[in-house]
Order: sequence, then C-alpha cells, then structure tokens
Amino acid sequence: MITLQWLYIFAGLTFAAFSVLSIADPANPKRLGNTLFWGLLAVSFLFGSYLSDLANGLLVLALAVIAGFKLLGQGRPATTQPEERQASAERRGDWLFLPALLIPGVALMGALVLDEAVIFGVPLFGPQQPTLIALGLGVAAGLALAMIWLKPPLLAPLQEGRRLMDAVGWAGVLPQMLASLGAVFVIAGVGDRIGELFTAYLPLDHRLLAVIAYCVGMALFTFIMGNAFAAFPVMTAAVGLPIVVLQFGGNPAIVCAIGMLAGFCGTLTTPMAANFNVVPAALLDLPDREAPFNGVIRVQIPTAMLVLIANIALMYFLAFRF
Amino acid sequence: MWVLLGIAVLVAGFVARLNPLAVILATAVVTGVAAVFGPGVGIAELGRAGLDTIAAFGKAFNDYRYISVIWLVLPLIGLLERHGLQERARILIARARGATTGRILLAYFVLRQVSAALGQTKLGGHPQMVRPLIAPMAEAAAETRLGELPDAVRYRIRAHAAAVDNIALFFGEDIFIAIASILLIKGFLEANGILVEPLELSVWAIPTAIAALLVHGTRLVMLDRSLALQAAEAEAGR
Repeated sequence: MITLQWLYIFAGLTFAAFSVLSIADPANPKRLGNTLFWGLLAVSFLFGSYLSDLANGLLVLALAVIAGFKLLGQGRPATTQPEERQASAERRGDWLFLPALLIPGVALMGALVLDEAVIFGVPLFGPQQPTLIALGLGVAAGLALAMIWLKPPLLAPLQEGRRLMDAVGWAGVLPQMLASLGAVFVIAGVGDRIGELFTAYLPLDHRLLAVIAYCVGMALFTFIMGNAFAAFPVMTAAVGLPIVVLQFGGNPAIVCAIGMLAGFCGTLTTPMAANFNVVPAALLDLPDREAPFNGVIRVQIPTAMLVLIANIALMYFLAFRF
Repeated sequence: MWVLLGIAVLVAGFVARLNPLAVILATAVVTGVAAVFGPGVGIAELGRAGLDTIAAFGKAFNDYRYISVIWLVLPLIGLLERHGLQERARILIARARGATTGRILLAYFVLRQVSAALGQTKLGGHPQMVRPLIAPMAEAAAETRLGELPDAVRYRIRAHAAAVDNIALFFGEDIFIAIASILLIKGFLEANGILVEPLELSVWAIPTAIAALLVHGTRLVMLDRSLALQAAEAEAGR
C-alpha cells in the first residue's frame, strides 16, 4: 500500500538534498541559512511523527527565526543559457510537454482508476490524501521519463529544483504555517468571539440586511483567517443559521452553499491565503511579491467584489423561493 | 475578548512588513497566552500557556505537512525548464494564429473550471501548470502582438495567469459533490439537525460559477486591449 508516509519520505529526502547542495553553493553568501532552513524541513518530513509536539513547535520557531532575520539567500546552481534552452526547445519539439503533463495525467488516472485498485487484497493507495499520492506518482513517472530521455547530469533535477525552491524561499512554508495558526485559533476560540461581536452590533431585522451581513461577514472573516473553511462554521452559527435560515425561512442548502462561495471571494483578496495569492507571486518572480497586496491579489480584487455582489443577489433571490 | 489581541498582532505585523513566518508564530503565542489571561492569572501560568501554544502549533504543523508536499514537482519542472520547456510553450503560441493573452487565459479558465467541477482539482496549479506553461504562453501571445513587453505589462500578464487558476478553481470545485467544502457544509448542517444531500448543495454552486465565468470572462476579453494601451503608454512615457 502506498501511503502518505511514502510521500513524506520522498519530500524529506528532496529537502535534505536541497539542504546539502546549498552548503556547496559559493554563489549564495547566505548558504548556511538555506542549508539550515531546508534541512529543518527535511527533519520535519522524515522524523516529524517521532518528535514531541513541543519539539515540532521549536522546529517551527527555528524556521521563523531564520526567515525573520533574513538569513535565507538564493542559490545559483549552474544551469543552461537562454540560447541553449531555445535550441533544445526547437530540437525536441512538443514532446517536452509530455513529462510535465504526466503529473496531471497520472493524478487524473489515480483519481479515476487507481484509487479503487486492490492488489493481493491490499488497496493500492492509503486512505489519506489519495490524490496527493497520485500526484507524487505522476512526478516520479515524469522524472523517470525525463532522466532517460534528456540524459541530464545526475544531480540536475535536484539542482534545478533547488533553484526554484530558493526562488520561492520562506513563502514555501507559509501555507502550512497559516493552516497551523488556524488550528491554534480554533483551540483559543477566536472565531466564536468574532461571531459574538458581529451579531452584537449589527441590526439584522430585514431579510436583505441579514443576507448582506452573512455574505460580507463570510468574506471579511475569510479575509482575516485566510480560509473560508475556518470562517464558515463561525459565521453560519452566528448569522447564517439562526437568522437567515431560522428567522427568515431561507433554504439551508442554498444559504450555506452560496455563503461558502461568498467566503471564497474573501480568499481572493487576502495575503493570508498564501498558497493561492503569495506563493504564485514568488513562483512568477513578481517584483511586489512581499507587498501585502501583491499583483496577483490586485488583479483578483475586482472579480472578487463583483462575484460577492452576485452571491448576495443570488442568495436573496433564490434562498427564499426554493 | 483578550483573545482577539492575536489578530491585532497579525495585522500590525503585516502592515509593518515583518517576515510573515515570524508574525504568524508571534500571533499564535499571543493568542494562546491571551486565551488564559484574566484577573489573578500568574506569570507562571502565562508562560505555561505560551509553551503549550508552541506545542499545539508544532502538532498542527506536523499534521499539515501534506500542504507542502506540492514542492515535489519543482525538480521535474526545473529539469524541463533547463531543457527549454518555457521556450517551447512560447514557440507553440507564436505559431498559433489568433492566440491572444486574453483568449489563452479564457481557454485555461474554462478548462480549469470544468475539470474542477468534475472533481479534478489537481489538474491545474501554480507550480505545475501556471509557471511552466500558462504564464509563458500568455506572455508569448502578447509579445507576438505588441513586440518587446515593458516590465509592468509582463508582470501584469503573469499576475493574471495566476489569478485565472485561483478564480476558476474556487468557483468550479464546489459543483463537485465530494469536495472538502461541500462535505464541511453537510457535516455542519447535520450537527445542527438539518439533513441535506451533497447534490442539493452542489447544484446551488452552479449559479455563482456562471456569474464568476461571466465576470472574469468579460475582464479577460477586455484584457488584450487594456494590455495594448498599457504598453503604448509605457512606450510614450519612455
């Protein structure tokens, strides 16, 4: 059975390689920071389950200290020149897309076929995150194909991977950090307090006002938490269910389905949703990647606002009719 | 209400542009300590709460490792870039007549939204699709029409490529019945004594999906002209 644990070992070894290769990169004056940062992540992936909670917490503290004191630099592993790339692109043709398309291709097959596969009575995939496992398989298949066909130096995939990982830098663990912060917020009851504040100060004596309060509340709270899943139980328990559904008689399926989508409008506008809004800015080398509202978020804001208005209208006109 | 102090730390940290990783951890510790704060609580207890919070954060960080597994795609993407993947994407687009930035992004938007609606949320993504393929294609299409691109135009195209991936995913995936958010809604309503079928929820995601396609599709259709204007202005200002 291929489990999530296999994937963690694969990821742990890859980060360990980034760490080791960072030491030997004289082009990066901050190479020690990179070595430590990727090394700690490797430890987390390989041994995290064997460490105590506090040890894992101290590991995160170390990551935050390295990033906070700006000890991460960018490695410059030797790579090909633009002219070589152009020549290679012309020589190899559209086949170059094949290994890259193997990632979604195998992921799709994994979801449709392999997910159910049973070999000698054992399911092929473990129960947790089967699509991620399929993604890992797709990467392995693509790498194997590319290595055999392109015959690069043996370390090339790890060096090129390190080049891209260094370009992303600390933003690479930002999504995982924010998800963990969400867990701490739940333990501390942050969401419940915000929900109380929200209902205590808003007059919700009209159907339209209640719908607006719920939808805008979902978007605002998602903006703060970076995640509509965190906002949904709080806002729905505070406004959606007691007022829009029970007091005004809205259809609960419609109210909740559209309420969640109103939250997604908040996701599009917040730097807290790092994996959607901050990581791509880093991946695409945008110059304002460190700004609170980078280019990706600024492009998304108009659509988010219009779709939020659409959600309010849809909920108002549909929820009380069906 | 002391517990909301953490949010203040978070906002202040972001505004002061301190490193987000450090700000997030500080927010967590402040929140955890503030949650036990009250009259008659001693320093020792507050210190204890701080350590407990770091441990709770560590446990969650360990549980959420699957989020960062996505970086496994980088060695393959990097290797293909070394052999000209982005250049090939540009060649492909330069040959296709009628391909413009707006049309390429609109086509990707529709593909991404439809595949997400069928539950295939992993078919797109920034590391595996946008950086190596979609962004270079969108840039190449603009270069074919406008010549050498000013930096501002280039970065705006890239931001649009990233945005298309997000918006199509968000307003497509909820149409699929077995997606996490639909299951979360079903579970939440069930806990409150209301039974709904996933299908009842997912059909009501369709109107918003259409609205998002109309809104963002219109913006993408207008994008080509807007990029041409921006490029001309940059040219005139030079």
